[in-house]
Amino acid sequence: MPLELFTTGEPIADTKAPTDVPIGERWSERRFRGRLVNPANRRKMTIIVVGTGLAGGSAAATLGEAGYKVKSFWYQDSPRRAHSVAAQGGINAAKNYRNDGDSVHRLFYDTVKGGDFRSRENNVHRLAEVSVSIIDQCVAQGVPFAREYGGLLDNRSFGGTQVSRTFYARGQTGQQLLYGAYQALERQIAAGSVEQHARTEMLDLIIVDGRARGIVARDLVSGEISTHFADAVVLATGGYGNVFYLSTNAKGSNATAIWRAHKKGAYFANPCYTQIHPTCIPVKGDYQSKLTLMSESLRNDGRVWVPKERGDDRDPREIPEGDRDYYLERLYPAFGNLVPRDIASRQAKNVCDEGRGVGPGGLGVYLDFAEAIERLGRPAVEAKYGNLFDMYAQITGEDPYQVPMRIYPAVHYTMGGLWVDYDLQSTIPGMFVIGEANFSDHGANRLGASALMQGLADGYFVLPATMTEYLADGPFEKVDDSHPAAVEALRGVQEQTQKLLNINGTRTPASFHRELGQLMWDLCGMERTDEGLRKAIDRIREIRQEFWSNLKVTGDWHSFNQTLEHAGRVADFIELGELMCIDALHRRESCGGHFRAESQTPEGEALRDDENFAYVAAWEWRPEGEPPVLHKENLEYEYVHLAQRSYK
Amino acid sequence: MQSSVGNTDAGKRGMNLTLRIWRQKDPSVKGKMVSYKVTDISPDMSFLEMLDVLNEQLIMQGDDPVAFDHDCREGICGMCGVMINGEAHGPQQTTTCQLHMRSFKDGDKIDIEPWRASPFPVIKDLAVDRRAFDRIIQAGGYISVPTGTAPEAHATPVPKKDSDAAFDAATCIGCGACVAACPNASSMLFTAAKVTHLGLLPQGQPERDDRVVNMVAQQDREGFGGCTNIGECSHACPKGISMETISRLNHDLLGALRAGARPKS
Repeated sequence: MPLELFTTGEPIADTKAPTDVPIGERWSERRFRGRLVNPANRRKMTIIVVGTGLAGGSAAATLGEAGYKVKSFWYQDSPRRAHSVAAQGGINAAKNYRNDGDSVHRLFYDTVKGGDFRSRENNVHRLAEVSVSIIDQCVAQGVPFAREYGGLLDNRSFGGTQVSRTFYARGQTGQQLLYGAYQALERQIAAGSVEQHARTEMLDLIIVDGRARGIVARDLVSGEISTHFADAVVLATGGYGNVFYLSTNAKGSNATAIWRAHKKGAYFANPCYTQIHPTCIPVKGDYQSKLTLMSESLRNDGRVWVPKERGDDRDPREIPEGDRDYYLERLYPAFGNLVPRDIASRQAKNVCDEGRGVGPGGLGVYLDFAEAIERLGRPAVEAKYGNLFDMYAQITGEDPYQVPMRIYPAVHYTMGGLWVDYDLQSTIPGMFVIGEANFSDHGANRLGASALMQGLADGYFVLPATMTEYLADGPFEKVDDSHPAAVEALRGVQEQTQKLLNINGTRTPASFHRELGQLMWDLCGMERTDEGLRKAIDRIREIRQEFWSNLKVTGDWHSFNQTLEHAGRVADFIELGELMCIDALHRRESCGGHFRAESQTPEGEALRDDENFAYVAAWEWRPEGEPPVLHKENLEYEYVHLAQRSYK
Repeated sequence: MQSSVGNTDAGKRGMNLTLRIWRQKDPSVKGKMVSYKVTDISPDMSFLEMLDVLNEQLIMQGDDPVAFDHDCREGICGMCGVMINGEAHGPQQTTTCQLHMRSFKDGDKIDIEPWRASPFPVIKDLAVDRRAFDRIIQAGGYISVPTGTAPEAHATPVPKKDSDAAFDAATCIGCGACVAACPNASSMLFTAAKVTHLGLLPQGQPERDDRVVNMVAQQDREGFGGCTNIGECSHACPKGISMETISRLNHDLLGALRAGARPKS
């Protein structure tokens, strides 16, 4: 690795988890040892929470209930729009309601294994413990989970597990869970404990005396850029999948808050760990603005196949069984169509690379429900998946009850994110990061139905308990607009905003975003190579240069200006894209969603290199012109035996 | 793929369309309809992707692109929504983002306007402020259960039919199409969906009376019109929320008032 791409700094470690007690006792021990804040003092403290998805919405509501003064920020009109709303399949919890051998330990084990042994055991175990309380909380809020005729909660199974531990609300689980959190949040807004800042975007972090003390934010309607102060700042701003332009994220989902916090000193962990979801509707044309996921739950009953022969362009219904290759069932008889996402995606790519893909451009595989419809009857299939089938029909103009769906992998989730310790605190004291925005629980691959679990675990139960240790030293000295750190942060944001408007070149933000996205997809997507990543880094630097010299943004910043919003986000995606490629290049092993072509087993599976890469890569930003610094957090496995993942 | 404007792969199938779009710089000025032409539009494009094409052209010409709200583009966040030829979300019963151009034909003229209701003031062009909906939720659209206080989930079985009916009502995405479609600009379907969702569940019973009177009082305060059971709301609803929810709200409201529940002032 040439020196100029990065340098290596001191190792980093989590010091908050009480490792002197067994893993099953660490979470309660941590809560016992952590200092508390008494109710009278909570009223004196302000906490900024950015984002209102499952993590941010549940955190803001819970902190408001606890008595803190909360300031909640979101970029849409209503907190109910956050992209958690789009999660379809379900939420995992170790309730063992099916009596099928599930337990906290099994959920912990499945998650560590599913993450290809690149997550932190302590955090994952806590997640599994907390999972059961989440279901109780949501049911009490009125979340209408699917039930059986006896009135008890139903479960289904999801990829990478052999038990049924996934709770769901038809294909709209994220929506229903989010509305539970949203309603709790609105209740606190009405009670006066949460101050709302709708259509407001965080553009910088304010650090005073080494502590996160506020943010600079732009009111997207009036355009006003202003400062907001608090005793602590929580980022719950989601993932960065939109680096790829086309992804299952919402159009507005962006990395700006975490990226700008990174540039202020927060380490960014494992940026190259991205999840490519196997079941999405394939790309249709170059006008395409986003990709739509078809829930993984479809793989419970749908069978994935391609023709055995390349170039077989018969109507799929006319291809006889003998000419079909149900490749997941063939390659992984134990898990079949329910292998984890990274594996299902890579195998879809492999059969398409062999020329056996279906649909336009040969970039698709069939997801076939003919057998399920025959076995269960159409009404039962409708009841389980009706909304997903309707969505498919709406987008493609094809009837999936008649013709097999065509699916192809798409960027869906980012396991990487800002580095946090066991308390979910970043490397900047007083700045906490929760939900998809942090890196902590999913290692190199997230299992289905675990994102909702983590978002709500962090927001409802973990953060409100761990933050008190930090806040026990507060309230901190009052800071206002006149503080030099605030003045400087505000001026920096104003200057950058004006700079975007001043370039007056010939390309729109969207055109740069598309170009970056295609490059990332081609060279830092499902398969990565040394050569490709180096090429990508060179090209991204050129794109960045062109962006800052040839961008065109109309209008001004003193008004509602969606082009300007997009431009600021693209500027950050370009920088983050480069770091993702550097991270992917330096990690010369394959693990989970990170597949380096140079590191595979004879069967083409991801081949880890535990001797050299069993660590979290936490990146430190350096001033312009200097390469980033790599800090390694060594991963130790006390309870789960490191092994080559097998789903055969 | 790079810096493409318009659609290149649809070839001969592309449609040429005339769009008449409501342009309004901000709430303080009067708006007007302005005509634009877009060419070579693929039937596979979504309606919003068609607007993206227009906006890319406008930016390149140095003109102000059309402001419109959108986010998930998969029909679930409720952020998008415009009147298309006088219909909320256009000719299909779906969200604007899930409407595809195959619903139109070459040479069509399409009128695009924001939701029209005084409780939803225009922010710019097609974007409106729907915060009134959040305030209706704040008035009682929740179950008061602070984090950590919940009993074991299986402690209270819920009959499947109640749970399923609650779910159907809970699918409301808060887009505002019901208000836009209603000649009275009533928010009754939105409010009724939440009253029904929570009122059908055992967990929602303790606050059932207060919830309905307070939510109804809030929608009146916001300036939404009265419901006269026309049904345009349900017809326009992308999630198919049923008019039965409104019957249930009226039933609950009457019962609550009889029982002495009164809105908080």
